[in-house]
Amino acid sequence: MAAIASIAESVSHGERTARSYVEEALAKAKQHSDYHAFLSITEERALKRADEIDARVKDGKAVGRLAGVCFVVKDNYLAFGAPTTAASKILEHFEAPIQATVVEKLEVEGAICIGKSNLDAFAHGGSTENSAYGLTCNAYDKTKVAGGSSGGSAVVTALDIVPFALGSDTGGSIRQPASFNGVVGIKPTYGMSSRFGVVAMASSTDVMGCFAKTAEDAEIITDIMAGQDVCDMTTLPDYFTPLRNEPQNLTIGLIDSAMTKDVDPEVRAVTEAYAERLKAAGHTIEHVDMKMLKYALAMYYIIVPAEVSSNLARYDGIRYGTRSQSAKSLAELYGKSRDEGFMPENKRRIMIGSYVLSSGYFDAYYLQAQKARTLLIREFAALFEKVDVLLLPTAPTPAFGIGENVNDPVKMYLADIMTVPASLAGLPALSVPAGTSKTGLPIGVQMIGPMQSDALLLALSKSMESAI
Amino acid sequence: MSNVTTDDVQRLAVLSNLQLSDDEVSGLTKDISEILTYIEQLADIDTSEVEPTYLVSSLENVWRQDVIDDGGVTRDHLLALAPDSHDNQVKVPKVL
Repeated sequence: MAAIASIAESVSHGERTARSYVEEALAKAKQHSDYHAFLSITEERALKRADEIDARVKDGKAVGRLAGVCFVVKDNYLAFGAPTTAASKILEHFEAPIQATVVEKLEVEGAICIGKSNLDAFAHGGSTENSAYGLTCNAYDKTKVAGGSSGGSAVVTALDIVPFALGSDTGGSIRQPASFNGVVGIKPTYGMSSRFGVVAMASSTDVMGCFAKTAEDAEIITDIMAGQDVCDMTTLPDYFTPLRNEPQNLTIGLIDSAMTKDVDPEVRAVTEAYAERLKAAGHTIEHVDMKMLKYALAMYYIIVPAEVSSNLARYDGIRYGTRSQSAKSLAELYGKSRDEGFMPENKRRIMIGSYVLSSGYFDAYYLQAQKARTLLIREFAALFEKVDVLLLPTAPTPAFGIGENVNDPVKMYLADIMTVPASLAGLPALSVPAGTSKTGLPIGVQMIGPMQSDALLLALSKSMESAI
Repeated sequence: MSNVTTDDVQRLAVLSNLQLSDDEVSGLTKDISEILTYIEQLADIDTSEVEPTYLVSSLENVWRQDVIDDGGVTRDHLLALAPDSHDNQVKVPKVL
């Protein structure tokens, strides 16, 4: 796959047509349909947009920085050309009346969306097995999971169908599938990019980011996605500027508390080897401990279900979405539409949320978790007084087997243990490919930086790619 | 081990507006007990002097002009999304 900048250059200079790139991507998507990474292909709209861009080039008019660059969105992004299902039955036929702000921003630059990718329904899950439309296979081994919840977007990037894809990350949903499929995945700082027009999951940690083959490509897309949106009051003024120079003499904190014997030995070895490579590139490695790390997952599985139960209250089969046909009263219509429209994991999270927020349990669960969150944030702040960047595995294992964890929700949640801390603190974090297991599965490492250090993380990753 | 009963799960289902089947209730009773057992480890942390964090960024009072912007979405767009409509209104089963 050519780099994003060279694709856009070839289109804007008239060396290749946008249509030829779209046709190539569509052909690859069809060729790889057995991975089931797509929920829909937006062929008609993609070809029309390509022809419009090619016509502009022919007329000598300006085209954007992403002219003719194809991409895929996770199907919880509102985007034209196909329904936005969030991989659920309740939104099976939902034709969005608007597009997500970040999709609009990318289209203004000439990028072309060719389809919508599979996910765990409503982004609840870490394997893309919780989709109402069937699971997605790992790009490297079809007996393994894609990871999740943005599994489809990771797989289409890994298979070179498109040079980049969009995902959403609430507790690791970009980073973990990036690690499982050997691609770069970035979860930006909370508030860096607009969430407007994306199906909300947990509003205090949801962020929008991208997958790409290289940090260089991820940097271009992140730069375009960043910025304030009047429709999303949590967005920050655009602070993202790619760094011009390679970062030098950084102090990198390797989190020993994330390298315990519970973590797969091959994952630990790859993380240690990456630390050695950082050292060889002139950076200093310091071993650090993080006492709150082991509690982060418990905080996450209180705070996030609480927010999920609130955000998913809107799906009731009244104003939009699928309505149960067997309901006779209004109360039955709500209850049955929700029972039929949600996946089991959606129901688990909604009910855990109702539990931790209900009177009598609120203080012990929800309030305690939000206080513990403060302690986690303080511990990160103390670490960033000593180090520039933190290094740890992205996931405790390489991609696990399909069906291996589906009957044990807690075991499935443990796959998020390395990624939820940065989410709860709002910190930027990315996963970069760092090695492979003996059985040929990709293994990523995760780097976390202080608030708004997204550009530093990308520049560091970029410098490490060129150091290989 | 947290001890959640099927009655508790039925009560949560009512709070959550989910009309569950009996099979679902028994499965969820087991799952929810296991999840609560896992998250209960947070009780070990001393948070007596700690304020909760609800929002991680320091933004507050974000204002905008009081101008209507429908983003180009019309009443017809929205009515077309409703599962059932009649005379420019969303139709629902009898309420009273």
